[in-house]
Amino acid sequence: MRPAFSRRINVPGVTTYDWLLFLHVLAAFTLVAGLVAYAVIVLGPDGDAARRALVAPALAMWNVGGIGVLVLGVALAIDVDAYDLLDGWIVAAIVLWLVASAAGGPLSAGLRDDARSLDRRRARMLYAVMAAATAALLIDMIFKPGA
Amino acid sequence: MLAALRPDAWDLPLLVHVAGAMLLVGALVVVAVAMAGALRGGEGTTVLTRLTLRTLLLGALPGYVLMRAGAAWIASKESVPDDATWVGIGFSTADGGLLLVVIATVLAWRASRRGAAGPGAAGRATAALAVVLVLAYAVTIWAMTTKPG
Repeated sequence: MRPAFSRRINVPGVTTYDWLLFLHVLAAFTLVAGLVAYAVIVLGPDGDAARRALVAPALAMWNVGGIGVLVLGVALAIDVDAYDLLDGWIVAAIVLWLVASAAGGPLSAGLRDDARSLDRRRARMLYAVMAAATAALLIDMIFKPGA
Repeated sequence: MLAALRPDAWDLPLLVHVAGAMLLVGALVVVAVAMAGALRGGEGTTVLTRLTLRTLLLGALPGYVLMRAGAAWIASKESVPDDATWVGIGFSTADGGLLLVVIATVLAWRASRRGAAGPGAAGRATAALAVVLVLAYAVTIWAMTTKPG
């Protein structure tokens, strides 16, 4: 159960594992901030004004958060002896990440290029997939079924 | 290592706490970005100012309630010493943060009443409070995950 990198850096009592976990969670918050911004664009009544103001930050937060969650999550799984990359809950998390990304890509592209090219109903469907996969990912990360 | 060692009974309260915190922070980021857009002026200023108020009412405040309720729930299950540094940081930013969220909501309401005149000083203060809160919550996330002291 002891992390492989147990040496302490800079802050007394805070290990490399702690920093990895902090950055992993911070990336998850960034990802969800992007999701909230997309919700305002796709589900809100504010139309083109909201899209113009929020689409670039939403895309940046979704992408940076998503990459951070994946990379730091894999680093944590390697670092902690009790976890293995082939554990069911970790494989499930990677699959959910892929599902969320697969829905996020076309939604981001459609909103960024020209909102009129993206049918509102399709945008809502893509957003629902992103939100459901992200919620399932959070549940998986906290409950760690099978761990 | 808490995640690896955490009893199953803490999972649901932790989910409520983290989900609420994520909604709160996400809403505050949207508030800061939308109000910054409104402050730039031009087409959509009124829409973005109202969006800011609505995001505080429907995103930040419900997120705060979930986050704080989850924190109280998990604290009742977890025997955490009250004088732990990370617990102090958590309660300080949670309770102080509520005051700032309420002030930001009132300011956003005042800004939205200005209509086409633009959000003005109330809008600038709302955006500044949202940024301060996001930074404070980033420090809180650090304290919650690394648990210094």
